[in-house]
Amino acid sequence: MENNNNHHAFIHKSYSSPKNNERDIVIALAGNPNTGKSTIFNSLTGLNQHTGNWPGKTVTNSKGYYQYYGSNFTLVDLPGTYSLLANSQDEQIARDFICFGKPAVTVVVTDGTNLERNLNLALQVLEITNNAVLCVNLLDEAERKGISILLDKLSTELGIPVVGTVARKGQGLEKLKEAIWQLATKKISTSPIKIKYSQEIEEMIKMMTPQLEHLLGEQLAVRWVALRLLEGDETIFNSIEQYHLAKQQLLEGAVALCH
Amino acid sequence: MSLTIDKLQQLKLLSQQSQLDSDLVRDQIVSEIYKKSATIADKVILKKPHKKLDLDTKLDDILTSRIFGYPIMLLLLGLVLWITVTGANYPSQLLAKIFFGGQEQLTVLFQYLNAPDWLHGILVLGVYRGLAWVVSVMLPPMAIFFPLFTFLEDLGYLPRVAFNLDRFFRKAGTHGKQALTMSMGFGCNAAGVIACRIIDSPREKLIAILTNNFVPCNGRFPTLITIAAIFFGAAAGAIYSTYIASLVVVGIVLVGIAVTLLTSYALSKTLLRGVPSTFTLELPPYRKPQVMRVFIRSVYDRTIFVLKRAIVIAAPAGAITWLMANIQINGSSIIEILAGFLQPFGLALGLDGYIILAFILGLPANEIVLPILIMSYLSQGSMLELDSLAALKNLLVANGWTWLTALNLLLFSLLHFPCATTMLTIKKETGSLKWTALAFIIPTAIAILVTFTIAQMARLFGLL
Repeated sequence: MENNNNHHAFIHKSYSSPKNNERDIVIALAGNPNTGKSTIFNSLTGLNQHTGNWPGKTVTNSKGYYQYYGSNFTLVDLPGTYSLLANSQDEQIARDFICFGKPAVTVVVTDGTNLERNLNLALQVLEITNNAVLCVNLLDEAERKGISILLDKLSTELGIPVVGTVARKGQGLEKLKEAIWQLATKKISTSPIKIKYSQEIEEMIKMMTPQLEHLLGEQLAVRWVALRLLEGDETIFNSIEQYHLAKQQLLEGAVALCH
Repeated sequence: MSLTIDKLQQLKLLSQQSQLDSDLVRDQIVSEIYKKSATIADKVILKKPHKKLDLDTKLDDILTSRIFGYPIMLLLLGLVLWITVTGANYPSQLLAKIFFGGQEQLTVLFQYLNAPDWLHGILVLGVYRGLAWVVSVMLPPMAIFFPLFTFLEDLGYLPRVAFNLDRFFRKAGTHGKQALTMSMGFGCNAAGVIACRIIDSPREKLIAILTNNFVPCNGRFPTLITIAAIFFGAAAGAIYSTYIASLVVVGIVLVGIAVTLLTSYALSKTLLRGVPSTFTLELPPYRKPQVMRVFIRSVYDRTIFVLKRAIVIAAPAGAITWLMANIQINGSSIIEILAGFLQPFGLALGLDGYIILAFILGLPANEIVLPILIMSYLSQGSMLELDSLAALKNLLVANGWTWLTALNLLLFSLLHFPCATTMLTIKKETGSLKWTALAFIIPTAIAILVTFTIAQMARLFGLL
């Protein structure tokens, strides 16, 4: 049913308005399952969504659009995952999009009643990208459970903007859009927390960094790739290969990455 | 293109330069991230104090710790089995006495009614005696084991078991949730196979389905317990007998888990290659089990259910066994002919033809394997009444059993093909005849290989 609607929306969109042109700002929406991610997605995009296949993937990301302060935003709803470390297809898709899809901003939606577990994902996102906003959703439920969260302090700890929302009631969404816009247009900058690992791991990372920078260029998160190599994550090779292939095809004009 | 491939190769080379154990690095990455989350959460979350949560954390620290996690698991398993062995003994004998007393009454009744011999044979010596055996041998261990198992389940201990075993399953190239589906197999393998739905990756799900059979279900536990008690427990002397019997069953369960892991590993390196996926396992809060509810639920949902199934299958199986034992072709019964045909094969495995035949006839349900075996032995006329475990041992010894026969029967029961219900469930869940066939072939081949090796070694070293 949803797919059907999306399909109609897609056809309608492709005739009525130029979508997703070069200047559109791409925003990724990440988060654990059941954090209200979809509610936020639908509120921001006004249900103007359709599903898009990303190169080489079978599972789909939802995509939608909205405008803010005259800028066009493309919002990509990633599969809900608990981590980016695992090798399940969902997690790989989310990870690859944040790393290789290069969204201008990644919004991590978290569940205010279960913040500690949700922070695991946020910290992993921050290993890949500096451009992230943390959205603490379900604040009303948290309040009911006697939980209150010091959002400013959380922002200082993480080194990124933090916005509290109650998406079901539309609370905090304007603030969220503003934070995204500010970060995407570089009105503000972030200095995210970086996790330090044991000395031996850090030394290995240092040793690998020059070669990785040479191989990957400066666009990719070198430290993050180094960690994946050290933990023996074989999927990263495939992801990098896909990324290069897609880039090449994009250069050749054969297939556009986003279609 | 070539540039990309070249770069990839360099990347792969680079990753091979690491001198660190990748599993340890992964563990460390995860634990650092978790630690950091906890630290930050600590600073920014204001919460009304919640005492119960703290107790949970403390309990989890012990139950899932690297040092105490495994010993506690083994201890609990041993304890559950010991309670089952000790507790089942007396009611088993009592039930046997009652039922075989009933058999005499029935025989008198049939004689009074002038019923023909074949009718008395099928109904009393076949159906009734088959049922009597299933109930008296199977019911007491089930009635004790099920509530204990449900109790641990209710307490929230099973996810902790999965948590502890996750490392092993990851090493075996499979999903940590397989520890959960494996635990479900202790109750019933068909249920264990259905539980494999919680595993997302089709590869890991198949591995979990194909190996679920290696944990003994409730149809096999009573067989294991009975044989362990009379052959290994009794040998140890009266005082230690229940301890030794429980230890033997614990050992058998451990062998089953080891075979599960080894087979999973082999599958994930051959037929079902791939990388294990990590997962977030939510450890639910511990709950105080409601003892009465646990008891009633496990009696109704499990014991009665399993027993009903066993009885439904045991009744016709008893009749068929009696017919096979009493229809003569050229002077010998069908059972003798079939068992004679299987005898060389059975002997090679340290078993005999009757045992193999009982396993084959027991395909519909593992619960009836031992009763069928007893009835086939009894039909040879060596003994007519059997109302105690000691008498059972005499019967088995009179049929040439040694400790090797007992050990290999335990192992064959543990490792052999799944029952018909489980096979049907596998067919339904995988939708593939090929995987269903493999679910039959793989365990059977392993069972044959293991028992054959042990039998040959025992004979080679003159241990008999």
